[in-house]
Amino acid sequence: MYLAMHMSDGLVNAPTAAAFGVVAVVGMAVCLAKARADLDDRTAPMAGLVAAFVFAVQMLNFPILPGASGHLLGGALVAILVGPWVGALCIAIVLVVQSLLFADGGVTALGTNITNMALIAVFTGYGVALALRRFALRGKGGLTATAFLAAFLGTIAAALGFVVQYAIGGQGLALGYTLALMLGLHALIGIGEGVITALTVGAVAAARPDLVHLLRGAQRPLELRRPEGSAA
Amino acid sequence: MGAGHSHPLFLDRPSPVHRLPPEVKLVAAFLGVLCVVATPPGQFAVFGGYLVLLASVWAVARIPPGWILRRSLIEAPFVVLAVLLPLVGEGERTEVLGMSLSVPGLLAGWNILVKGTLGVLTSLTLAATTPLRELLVGMQRLHAPAMVTTITTLMLRYVDVIAGEARRMRVARIARGHDPRFLWQAGATARGIGALFLRSYERGERVHLAMLSRGWTGAMPVLTAGRATAAQWSAGLAFPAVALGLLLSGWSIG
Repeated sequence: MYLAMHMSDGLVNAPTAAAFGVVAVVGMAVCLAKARADLDDRTAPMAGLVAAFVFAVQMLNFPILPGASGHLLGGALVAILVGPWVGALCIAIVLVVQSLLFADGGVTALGTNITNMALIAVFTGYGVALALRRFALRGKGGLTATAFLAAFLGTIAAALGFVVQYAIGGQGLALGYTLALMLGLHALIGIGEGVITALTVGAVAAARPDLVHLLRGAQRPLELRRPEGSAA
Repeated sequence: MGAGHSHPLFLDRPSPVHRLPPEVKLVAAFLGVLCVVATPPGQFAVFGGYLVLLASVWAVARIPPGWILRRSLIEAPFVVLAVLLPLVGEGERTEVLGMSLSVPGLLAGWNILVKGTLGVLTSLTLAATTPLRELLVGMQRLHAPAMVTTITTLMLRYVDVIAGEARRMRVARIARGHDPRFLWQAGATARGIGALFLRSYERGERVHLAMLSRGWTGAMPVLTAGRATAAQWSAGLAFPAVALGLLLSGWSIG
């Protein structure tokens, strides 16, 4: 079994798909402008490599139970590591390429997919992480718990995004059923996502805490000490 | 893209479809799928028509139908939804093999399955006839923001490198006896992802410096000049035009 959230064509009707296409385009335009302010002329190479990282990570399968595996979506992970703007941009580009070259996720469902996985998941994850930043700065345990919650709630929020879209433009199923099905399924996916995200963020923070976007500005400034009596 | 940067779904054939400019194919595929999505689920003959249309594109593109069909079996979790719909849907019910199924639910489930499948088949056709570099050219000519095209170019250029690194890390873990079966055994894999991120990020910093030393000004050179001719556009847009005809015929009957 393989768990993923890429919506296919025809899940929601054409007007709904078009409306969320507009949401996705506007969101991405904002992310693009903000990412440029974040990374200046480094934007293209850094975002390109982070997107390649997201792509590679989505190819890695994790065991969940014997016979079942899933892969990381990485929304909260990139939000914590490189910030929400660059993160959302990278996830959206990965989604576009997956849809056009790998037939993974419908072409007309790109708007809904980008809204759910690049906008909702990344920004919910980042919002949760930001709200818990005080705990994250305390130490490894705090950071791990923050990353877990960010990824878990980000996944749930993305699933809720789907429920809303299906309620607007899908047919044949009462809202209660969609809600129960998607929340149940994605609570499980969210736990997996949370565990992997927490361990990964912990590993990065242990080696290069200066690279973790969430912890930026929290390091003690470099203190220059000189031996007694030496000339300044 | 240099040599060797091909994606697994590309099928190199000398065919008119392969030779069409990428921006034409992108637009045609998108409009075609849009017609499929807009079709009312009850129009079974129209969906058959779409399949015949796609099959004729495969014939022109010299793609064996079996090749496409084998790759269209992408498991989607939404198939669960399609199976669930007839069981829990509302409205009038019917007996099939002793099970009580909802008629609107059956129709909605069929709707998801048939449109999802036709969408995947169209995407596969696009992927099979369009190499990576062409896709980037197409994005550029369709006026995607320059920064997005540049990021995508760099991503596609380095994804094989990063994925190769991930593969080597996995082999190294397996060689040391790693055999995870449960989520709580995935610690080593997750720490590997952390290392992979650091390597990707640091590689990004080196790539940036290398680009600067080669005169990077913030914009990629235009990949290729030239635009699609009117004849190429009309050849490519014949696909969505037929799809639109099918859609309209479905509406006029239904």
